Amino acid sequence: MSQSTKNFSLPSKFRLSAVFDALMPVFATIAALLVGAIFLLLLGANPITAYSALLEGAFGSFNAFAETLVKSIPLLLIGLGTCIAYRGSVTNIGGEGQMIVGALLSTWIGLSFINLPGWLMIIIAMLAGSLGGAIWGGLPGLLKAYFNVNEILSTVMMNAIAVQIMNYMLRGPLIDPVQAEAASQIPQTARLEVAYRLPRLAPTRLHIGLLIAILLAVAVYILLWRTTLGYRIRAVGQNQAASKYGGIDVKKHIVLALLLSGAFAGLAGMMQVYGVNYRMITDGSSTGFTGNAGFNGIVAALFGQLHPIITIPASILFGGLLVGANAMQRVVQVPSALITGLNGLVVVFVVSSEYFRKRNQRKHLAAIEAGLDNEPPRQNGENLEEVPA
Amino acid sequence: MISDLFTATVIMGIISSGIRLATPYLFASIGEMFGQRSGVLNLGVEGQMLLGAFTAYYVVLKTGNLFLAVLAAMAVGAIMGLAMGFVTIRLQATQGIAGIGFYLFGMGMSNLLFQKLIGVVENINGFPIVKIPLLGDIPVIGEIFFQQNLLVYLAFLLVPIAWFVLNKTTLGLKIRAVGENPEAADSLGVSVVRVRYFTVILGGILSSIAGASLSVALLNVFQQNMTAGQGFIAVALVYFGSWRPFGILAGALLFSMVNALQLWIQVLGIPIPSELAVMMPYILTILVLALSLSKDKGPSALTKAFEREG
Amino acid sequence: MKNLVKVLSVLLVLGLVLVACTPAAPETSEPVVEDEVLRVAFVTPSNINDLAFSQSISDAMIVLKGEMGDKLEYVYSENMFVVDDAAAAIRDYAQKGFDIVIAHGSQYGSSLQEIAPDFPETVFAWGTTVDTFGQPNIHAYEAASDQGGFVNGVMAALLTETKVIGVVGPIETGDAKLYVDGFVAGVHSVDPSIDVRVTYIGSFSDVALASEAATTHLSAGADIMTGSAQMVIGAIGKAQEAGAYWFGTQADQTSFASDVVVASQVYHWEVIFREIFALRAQGVLGGKTFSANLENGGQVISINEGLGLDQSVLDKANETIQGIIAGTIAIP
Repeated sequence: MSQSTKNFSLPSKFRLSAVFDALMPVFATIAALLVGAIFLLLLGANPITAYSALLEGAFGSFNAFAETLVKSIPLLLIGLGTCIAYRGSVTNIGGEGQMIVGALLSTWIGLSFINLPGWLMIIIAMLAGSLGGAIWGGLPGLLKAYFNVNEILSTVMMNAIAVQIMNYMLRGPLIDPVQAEAASQIPQTARLEVAYRLPRLAPTRLHIGLLIAILLAVAVYILLWRTTLGYRIRAVGQNQAASKYGGIDVKKHIVLALLLSGAFAGLAGMMQVYGVNYRMITDGSSTGFTGNAGFNGIVAALFGQLHPIITIPASILFGGLLVGANAMQRVVQVPSALITGLNGLVVVFVVSSEYFRKRNQRKHLAAIEAGLDNEPPRQNGENLEEVPA
Repeated sequence: MISDLFTATVIMGIISSGIRLATPYLFASIGEMFGQRSGVLNLGVEGQMLLGAFTAYYVVLKTGNLFLAVLAAMAVGAIMGLAMGFVTIRLQATQGIAGIGFYLFGMGMSNLLFQKLIGVVENINGFPIVKIPLLGDIPVIGEIFFQQNLLVYLAFLLVPIAWFVLNKTTLGLKIRAVGENPEAADSLGVSVVRVRYFTVILGGILSSIAGASLSVALLNVFQQNMTAGQGFIAVALVYFGSWRPFGILAGALLFSMVNALQLWIQVLGIPIPSELAVMMPYILTILVLALSLSKDKGPSALTKAFEREG
Repeated sequence: MKNLVKVLSVLLVLGLVLVACTPAAPETSEPVVEDEVLRVAFVTPSNINDLAFSQSISDAMIVLKGEMGDKLEYVYSENMFVVDDAAAAIRDYAQKGFDIVIAHGSQYGSSLQEIAPDFPETVFAWGTTVDTFGQPNIHAYEAASDQGGFVNGVMAALLTETKVIGVVGPIETGDAKLYVDGFVAGVHSVDPSIDVRVTYIGSFSDVALASEAATTHLSAGADIMTGSAQMVIGAIGKAQEAGAYWFGTQADQTSFASDVVVASQVYHWEVIFREIFALRAQGVLGGKTFSANLENGGQVISINEGLGLDQSVLDKANETIQGIIAGTIAIP
């Protein structure tokens, strides 16, 4: 583990294939889109028109890029939680529910106390959101550690439970008083005080959540590789038996890994409310609120090789893809179902491209061992073996 | 009000609803179980179900041939399974993520195809109810258990068959060996790759039939996202059942019957919020598993890619 | 294998360059805006062929297109169940210079409140609601679905023999609840002793659960059912198998099960949009609230003629409709 401190030492000699490897997810995305071009042709749309609309919708203007960044914030936060959970060898697919519970708790507090200074409420709400997510992630942790309930089962079930709690709260106790009076009661909360909104960074919808998420990415990096807690979480993730033998409380660290990843998801939920919508609205499903971020964030983390820092650009890339794809749908008027299908293709291609990256790295290392290359081993890849397959 | 729940009509209603609701879970979960037993976690079941549901529905709509429909769904499921196998076995991709990718792909594709090839919601003549001679005539019991459609019988027959294959055949032994200790299995001459391809393709086929059981047997209609998360529940039930066919049967029946029960609670006007009723099956499944004593750790090599040394 | 990777990567880079180098193309391919062509965009939460809420707005546009021909051009984004994506779509359509942007989902209100002030020339329409946020360029439209629900309820009360009626709803709020409450009131206006049992299945997409909910109602003695939202097709199927009458809402469900659907409450949003189009021509961009109801024809009870219903039932339905229009029947 000690060599991990050298994580970002630059290779002494520039290696073209290293750049190639780092960009592998980008190439894979392009490959998936090329396959998608076939579908576009079949639907009678011009793929070049379509994909230029995608690029322009995602990165083509200041405003478009801001939208991409807004979309990437929840992906990054969920992705950071995923980094912790997967390093601890737990599979948290409960991001959707954890986002919802975090959002509910922070919204409830924001609507209950209306005379606090804005900055204070934002801090309280961030804590409340994280707490909500931590509870919803911690419960599966406790169930796994002490009752041997697999976390995939419990997180799937708890996603469904969270949706029902949200539906009940938004049509009942938390409903907008205006809607409570109206004939067709829209299940939404009242709007938050203007002072409680997350400050915006530019005259776009981009809010300060981006900076907070990036700071947290650094914090997660430090947590995982510079603290005892992080070391223990990773140790438990790699080898439970050995960790136990080494005196680590395995159960406690399983709970902590799930609890922490839930906290990040809860914070993502809070930011959707305080930074984007300023109220909670439900259409009866989880995706209506989360936009599938609970799943897409996991994918973003994998794009980022489960490394918190690399997850930052990965989330932006993936966020851009989602924003751009919607723009593309509007320009060429293809059914939006195609976008979901493309999203899936991109995930499959990117996750498969890992194979080629790993193989290249292995070849490179083999070459070093054979003494054919004077370059020191690249440290960036050292953690790959720890990635639970 | 609560006492209304303990009448013969209600109990019969819950059991027969439970049997129907459990049918797709049985197909999909047992398929998933074979995959996991050999070491492959497939989170893409939902996508496979949707594509299977669409394919079967489309074939019935165009040809009216129910068996052709199920065959076509099986073929699509096999292709989806093969793709999942190629990505996770040959390319050793992270299984959970690849599954999420196939889930999104299947959902998008089934929606797209539906919109382009059909467009309007229409119902079809699906598998009819088949009354089993003699058994079907038994009062009450016959009506609940022996007056169902063919795919329902098949789903329940699948449980003992899966148990037999897994525990009493060489194939089952190989599957279990590959999931527990692929290196050892490999050294004994078992082709880890081939066994895993087999189980993942089988899983795809069964998930696809699960979808078809909805669209051409139980509901006789197709609508976008009609599986509504059942594919994920099916994966969860594999853990509930500790990777055993009869455990899965227990889980599927528990979940489905509690779901039927909550509908009755609402129908009988028992005054609890509808949301609380709806979440009952999810809560109870977790609770029952948490409080049950016998639990397995699962196949040791689950989610671990296999690569021959050297 | 390595060569293959190289070849592939070259191809990919070429593809990227190709795509990246042509961003100017779509602008020229945009249709030339003529003065007389009205350009409309609408955004819906589900697919436009859901036989329910989203289909109703699409059907209205088809009717208007038929009337106006080349004078109307419309595009849409369907399946925008993610509020955030819908907001992006609404903003984008406004930016592209569409004359009227329709946000066909009550959950889109907050976004519209944000976006509308930035595009004072654009007409925004938001449904289904009554709130225009005091914005001069937002119209609000809603359906008085309790009215149609009430009429359906009256007919159901006359037709039931078991005196038990089942209702299958999605979540207990919004348009669905409005319809269901109207339906229950309608039933009880005829006979308060009829037992109307309501289930909400907590989902808009779970066809299987909707189907079992219907089966449960049937086992509990219901001989007539109704329900709201797109997943009810599962319930209609069960009604059909059991030969129980079904009452529909949001779109005409007769075509789906012509042997059991008695009547459907159908929205004719074109009534409202004709007005919105006309107002725009006069320079009024928003601020009005419209209601699709029985009186203005925005809501129609479409009766399945093929069922051969008793004349007395049809008369009573007509009487109820006239009563609601005249205001002599008040829906609680």
